[in-house]
Amino acid sequence: MGRRVAIVGVGQTYHKSHRPDVTSREMIREAVTAALADAELTIRDIDAIVIGNMDHFESINYVDTYSVEGSGGVMKPIMKVSTGGTTGATVAIAAYYHVASGLFDRVLAIGFEKNSESDTTGAIITCSDAIWDRFSYSGAIPSLATEATAYMEKYGATQEDAAIIGERDRNNALNNPFAHLRRPLTVADIMASPMLAYPIKLGDICPRSDGACACVLAADGVAQKIARKPAWFKAAAVRHTYTWFGDSTDYNKGLVSMQRASKDAYQQAGITKPAEEIDVAELYLPYTWAGLKWIEDIGFCGPGEGVRFVRDGNTHMGGKIPVNPSGGVISTNCIGATAMLRVAEAAIQVMGRGGKRQVPDVKNALATGFGGCFWSDVVILSTERP
Amino acid sequence: MDNAAIVGVAQTKYERRKKDQILADLVFDVTRAALDDAGLAIGDIDSVVTVSNDFFDGRTISGMAVGDAAGGEDKNISTVSGDGAFGAFYGLMRVLSGYKATIVVAHYKGSEGSVPITTNGMFDPIFHRHLGIDAISAAALQADAYMARFGIREEDVAQVSVKNHGNAKNNPYAQLPMDITVADVMKSRKIAEPLKLLDCCPISDGAAAIIIANEEIAARTKKKPVWVKGVAHCCEEYFLGDRRLSDPVALQDAARRAYAMAGITDPMAEIDVAEVLEPFSYMEPLWLEGLGFCKPGEGAHLIEKGITTMGGRLPVNPSGGALSANPILVAGLARLIEATLQVRGEAGDRQVKNAATALAHGFNGPCGQSHCVWIMGGKK
Amino acid sequence: MAEWLKDVEPLTLKGRIAVPYSWWVGDTGSRFLMSLRDDRKILGTKCPSCGTVFVPPRKNCGRCFVDIEEWVEVAAEGVIEAHTIVHYAYPVQPVKPPFAYALIKLDGTDVGFLHLIKKDLDKIKNGLRVKAKFKEERTGSILDIDSFELI
Ligand SMILES: [Zn+2]
Repeated sequence: MGRRVAIVGVGQTYHKSHRPDVTSREMIREAVTAALADAELTIRDIDAIVIGNMDHFESINYVDTYSVEGSGGVMKPIMKVSTGGTTGATVAIAAYYHVASGLFDRVLAIGFEKNSESDTTGAIITCSDAIWDRFSYSGAIPSLATEATAYMEKYGATQEDAAIIGERDRNNALNNPFAHLRRPLTVADIMASPMLAYPIKLGDICPRSDGACACVLAADGVAQKIARKPAWFKAAAVRHTYTWFGDSTDYNKGLVSMQRASKDAYQQAGITKPAEEIDVAELYLPYTWAGLKWIEDIGFCGPGEGVRFVRDGNTHMGGKIPVNPSGGVISTNCIGATAMLRVAEAAIQVMGRGGKRQVPDVKNALATGFGGCFWSDVVILSTERP
Repeated sequence: MDNAAIVGVAQTKYERRKKDQILADLVFDVTRAALDDAGLAIGDIDSVVTVSNDFFDGRTISGMAVGDAAGGEDKNISTVSGDGAFGAFYGLMRVLSGYKATIVVAHYKGSEGSVPITTNGMFDPIFHRHLGIDAISAAALQADAYMARFGIREEDVAQVSVKNHGNAKNNPYAQLPMDITVADVMKSRKIAEPLKLLDCCPISDGAAAIIIANEEIAARTKKKPVWVKGVAHCCEEYFLGDRRLSDPVALQDAARRAYAMAGITDPMAEIDVAEVLEPFSYMEPLWLEGLGFCKPGEGAHLIEKGITTMGGRLPVNPSGGALSANPILVAGLARLIEATLQVRGEAGDRQVKNAATALAHGFNGPCGQSHCVWIMGGKK
Repeated sequence: MAEWLKDVEPLTLKGRIAVPYSWWVGDTGSRFLMSLRDDRKILGTKCPSCGTVFVPPRKNCGRCFVDIEEWVEVAAEGVIEAHTIVHYAYPVQPVKPPFAYALIKLDGTDVGFLHLIKKDLDKIKNGLRVKAKFKEERTGSILDIDSFELI
């Protein structure tokens, strides 16, 4: 069995729509420098690096070798892991295995994206199969809109219900100095925003951001010497199943990958009542509807209960399971970093370093990644050494 | 390190164009073949790593196209974007972390994209890419720096191409088995001096898979498990001009750490066969220097003295190497598969006698910027 | 290959991923490219820790992992450290082959500078001195230096 592993330091850049002052490589260094400072380590203490992004957002082939000057990878082992929207989480999880394997004691995980350098939708469309899907059913918004209409049909959820998620997350972002969109957005604002693909409006979706995130992971025995309160990995689960978009259209089943990843994660963590045992969640919600529907798949509430659960304030700051104290993806979305930010923000909550966005008395924090073709990752971090 | 072994391997035949199979077909074939080789069922596999690159596949999230074919349904799956030797390293780490068996698959179709354009994408977009540099012209700069520094003649490195294409005749998976002479290499078309056509790898299509397992699984597989004795990787600087291209310092570091893990102090005496990734002929001697088989500048003498030929003290690339088939990304995994077959004693006509310890190597980035070294052995 | 497919021409689907990119050059690279454009001068940066003078300039030293702030003007000439004469053509090349790539150690720097040599290809040797030839129309690109020429 692998060694126990903890996050002992996190760093992120300030997220903005454009970073004309730095290249990707230079922006990566800002996050790395911040993470090292947070852990009170220098680059010499790092044994290996894992990095990831989405190639076609910057058009850089082999970012592992491209970035070494900024990542600190000169004369170190470095590896690139890239899985689309879930990249940030799968990079963190790969770093976790680096340490758990016993081969490395201190590992740096880096996710980044400069979305301002390309046409995000133009690049995303190329994920659809070149022969079958690319001409017809592609891009993130149409498939999410299909999911949302299925949910409306089945449970009678309204556009206003979804808008509550946007209002909640954008409000939370006011407490996060690193967030990209730090202006409040109300349900009325979202309802009045332009329709993109029914029922998704501009106010329902994430922005495009430039930014980077880095985490320092360390092994049992090493971690305790670095951090006063390490964020221990209790679970890391990945489910990336479907290949074809058409295969994932039975939305009545819910987000199957999230159900499976959550089940796996709870098993690893020994959690039987997620709504009682998880204290805070940082969820990769690329659009508002996900905040109603996917919390059912994660098991915070039963199928069809998402609207009630949210309307009762359970997921707001001060509620039972505050969701996205950071402001979430609706407020900041530098794609290759986005899922790592969820893990990093969960670690911040566990380590008690959240400042104005801190949830009191966090023991267990849950983070998710989302991307690809309705893919899900779940990471559970804890104050408790497993 | 706990014990872990390669318990199943499979590769397609490498060809210039696979017209009848899409990437997922290739991956499905090698996944099934690797399971058969191991005598395992897909249910025995609890972790999957694909090796996929968005540039080469012309597709964002390229791992998505092959996940199901690799058996990833309802399993912990991820994608390494880089050479297969690195993908295998991730697979190993998952097993050491508690997974029972990881399948690692790599796929590539050179026939579907443009190698110069996709490898131009490796270079700095601001300072280098507009100069038009790609993997081939960068390699030519490295060949020039290396050969000029040590006074190595073009004829010396041409012998590598003669040897490896000759070895390929014994490998049913190779794309270019050929009887050629040094004179043939010398008179082949100039590509980027000093590299000529026969100093360069072909463009290839193909896929490969391995299964890495813990002791419990390895105890019940069909074939003799081949154990991981040592493995390490390391990356050097990015800008070509920052590097001393004739000094493969990252390879030296990776080799040093892999040898330390494996308890190897004298690689020439303790390693029986090596499979190194040499898409260009000069790379084989340069990497052999980096791997510590000889002193800097002496790599080309090894072939001259017959040390690296079949029957020599250290046969290098009995498979024919990347010069005889270079499906990028797959190529490093193919080196590891060949090393495994050698230790099993199942390498057929390309078998090195009594191969007990084998070295495999792969790299990422221009001119071998980031290297991964594996030492495989027959005993735990 | 499946039997039936041997008798017909297998299908391919032609495609091209065309995504436009605008890479931010950043404050460090911009100063370098603007200096090429406006003053025909080549600037480098010098690491405060190891003293390496980098061209193109870096915002930080990858070896020492420290910020770099010191700018230095370096010579527009130097010595060829390695070269290759390219004989194959593909669309990204800015000039028709044959032409050469060279790693040139510009006077006052500690790293090789990658660029083109277009003339006197038969005379190129490592160790020879070359000089930058600037374009008349400059836009703020690495190609504002047209190429290097033998001195
Ligand atoms: Zn320095």
